[in-house]
Amino acid sequence: MRAIGIILAGGHNHRMRELSQKRAISAMPVAGSYRSIDFALSNMSNSHIQRVAVLTQYNARSLNEHLSSSKWWDFGRKQGGLYVFTPVVTADNSNWYRGTADAIYQNLDFLKNSHEPYVVIASGDCVYKMDYNKVLEYHIDKKADITVVCKDMPEGMNVDRYGVIKMNEESRIEEFEEKPVVAKSNTVSCGIYVIRRRLLIELIEKSAEEGRHDLVADILIRYKGMKRIFGYKMKDYWKNIASVEDYYETNMDFLKPDVRNFFFREYPAVYSKVDDLAPAKYNVGSDVKNSLVSSGSIINGKVENSIIFKKVFVGNNCTIKNSIILNDVYIGDNTHIENCIVESRDTIRANSYYVGEGEIKVLIEKNERYDV
Amino acid sequence: MIKKEMIAMLLAGGQGSRLGILTAKVAKPAVAFGGKYRIIDFPLSNCINSGVDTVGVLTQYQPLRLNTHIGIGIPWDLDRNIGGVTVLPPYEKSANSEWYTGTANAIYQNIDYMDSFNPEYVLILSGDHIYKMDYEVMLDFHKQNGAEVTLAAMPVPLEEAKRFGIVITDENRKIVDFEEKPANPRSNLASMGIYIFNWKTLKEALLAKADQPNLDFGKHIIPYCHEKGAPLYAYEYNGYWKDVGTLHSYWEANMELIDIVPVFNLYEDYWKIYTKSDKLPPQYMSADSVVERCLIGEGSVICGKVYNSIIGCGVTIEEGTVVRDSIIMNDTTIGKNCEINKGIIAENVIIGNDVKLGVGEEIDNDTAPHIYNHGLVTIGEKTMVPNGVSVGKNSVVSGNTTVADYPDMYLGSGKTLIKAGDE
Repeated sequence: MRAIGIILAGGHNHRMRELSQKRAISAMPVAGSYRSIDFALSNMSNSHIQRVAVLTQYNARSLNEHLSSSKWWDFGRKQGGLYVFTPVVTADNSNWYRGTADAIYQNLDFLKNSHEPYVVIASGDCVYKMDYNKVLEYHIDKKADITVVCKDMPEGMNVDRYGVIKMNEESRIEEFEEKPVVAKSNTVSCGIYVIRRRLLIELIEKSAEEGRHDLVADILIRYKGMKRIFGYKMKDYWKNIASVEDYYETNMDFLKPDVRNFFFREYPAVYSKVDDLAPAKYNVGSDVKNSLVSSGSIINGKVENSIIFKKVFVGNNCTIKNSIILNDVYIGDNTHIENCIVESRDTIRANSYYVGEGEIKVLIEKNERYDV
Repeated sequence: MIKKEMIAMLLAGGQGSRLGILTAKVAKPAVAFGGKYRIIDFPLSNCINSGVDTVGVLTQYQPLRLNTHIGIGIPWDLDRNIGGVTVLPPYEKSANSEWYTGTANAIYQNIDYMDSFNPEYVLILSGDHIYKMDYEVMLDFHKQNGAEVTLAAMPVPLEEAKRFGIVITDENRKIVDFEEKPANPRSNLASMGIYIFNWKTLKEALLAKADQPNLDFGKHIIPYCHEKGAPLYAYEYNGYWKDVGTLHSYWEANMELIDIVPVFNLYEDYWKIYTKSDKLPPQYMSADSVVERCLIGEGSVICGKVYNSIIGCGVTIEEGTVVRDSIIMNDTTIGKNCEINKGIIAENVIIGNDVKLGVGEEIDNDTAPHIYNHGLVTIGEKTMVPNGVSVGKNSVVSGNTTVADYPDMYLGSGKTLIKAGDE
């Protein structure tokens, strides 16, 4: 094994609005049957990285539940395994993670006790499929100190919420600006880094001494002149979930055949926790067009251009349009839902009418459910 | 010392020859059922839901699919430090090596396995029935009555009783007599092939009858215990129980799952049915698709129209195709503009474009009318059906077929097309 993995999964974002109340972004359900972190975890597993640490902080209940067993991603091995690190109070530290670098610093023993020469750092809020070995080979080939995976965003797209990178013709990173007011290129960092383990330990310890806690600002940007930091361009699908709009768009992308085939049918597969739900059921009156439906769901009404997650019940004569219905939602008869994201475990009363006007509406309706 | 109160022995070695081409390459317990399941998932899930965490699965006929499905038992939480699931095939011995020659003979050959858990009770199950049963309740009944043997029995209509092994009991459900497929049944309680034995009683009976050829529970072990005067009780079961022994009953049991609230409900959280799921993605319904009265498994893509059908995982049904009253198993692809009526299509089948299955009048099957009947069309696993052909009713197709195999592009009703080398 050449590398160990670190997945940064502690983040939340106010632009996720009500959706972030319940869970960290890494635990957001994505594409009907998955959670955001499944993509990074599956990539690690499929890249034969067997020792992986997940660093969590913000509301990790849902995430911990999802990671209750590591066997779904094939980490339940004698060699390696999946480690979940939440901030803890110790004899000499009682801080929360004050930043990504600090999160790694507080778990530095994980790095020190490994013997693999490299570390792959990824974040848990991106949807993509990638063989990290390719980045690693590139990293070695370029004799880089740090390799940053990046992606060219479409010309003219507003990239002011990303880390924007400018590389020279050798692909060495010359400029790296976090959330720039005026972006100098359309190449953005994907938040995936490859670095030698000893170098990472050194840089993290040094930053900690200086009271600096952020991986991007205090290490990548600060050292970009001194260290050989290279960019590796990723061509395939990559989306970062940082806002309700991103989240909606990322899910809706899975209605496109090329995205669906890439993630669902092409090798290797994306893994997730297995829920043992019955096949989806379509009763008389169901009318489902251009939609994804997950197992355990029972459909009695009309569904169009929507993503139905697991264990959803859609009542008679309902219309669900351009919406995302998260796990375990019950929708009573004659209900109309359009341009909405319905929060998981909601119960929507019969004869309700919800339409997101202008923006996507996040629907949280905790009514009493009468189980039959 | 290891001690398990009750362990289960699951008989999964049978071929199930009346399922025809479906069991040509797999044992009956490994045949797909209800979209994503295999038949053996039902007794295995019942075991873990009943708190029985030690299960020996006896395999013999075509065990590959069964073995890969069971693995180390992860889907059923039967991967245990002590106990869990163990696959028990027949094995060579220093003397008298033999196949499993009967249900009880298979158990007899695994006395050592059972002894190693030092059980109080042994539960004997068969791997080819669809039902949900709490074996713990049956065990309570067994203990309360001080029984040495308890067999599960269900009331059947009196006119059907002649097809079953019938038990005659007194008012306390103590068994007084047996009748095997009686012409004039004296009771309507049919044995379901589910037994709880006191391990001492079972071991003694197995050793005593060891030399009996084709040693069978119904024919030899139960009568032996009865003659010896052991207290035998019948545990009455009134839930859903289906022997999917024939293609028609298999088809019917699948179709029953489609009802609005089916008698056999897969959506109950407190009695989940577990299975090995290789696929996770949601299913996609295209803008032109129509699905009504269907169960559809993970990762399937439906662009056509599907009515009244059970669709497995990873199935593709292309546009213009109409599927009615059919069962389509995992990873099968059906091309464009096809018409499928009352089809049972096994796993990994590729059906070309413009194919019609189940057309024409009903004619008895030419080779095995007792298997292929009721107007069903059966397609064996990994079959290729070329573009543009039609297949009649009560027919069966298997193997890599080409247009040349279909005279005038039509395989008539009641015909059997099983390509050599693929049997």
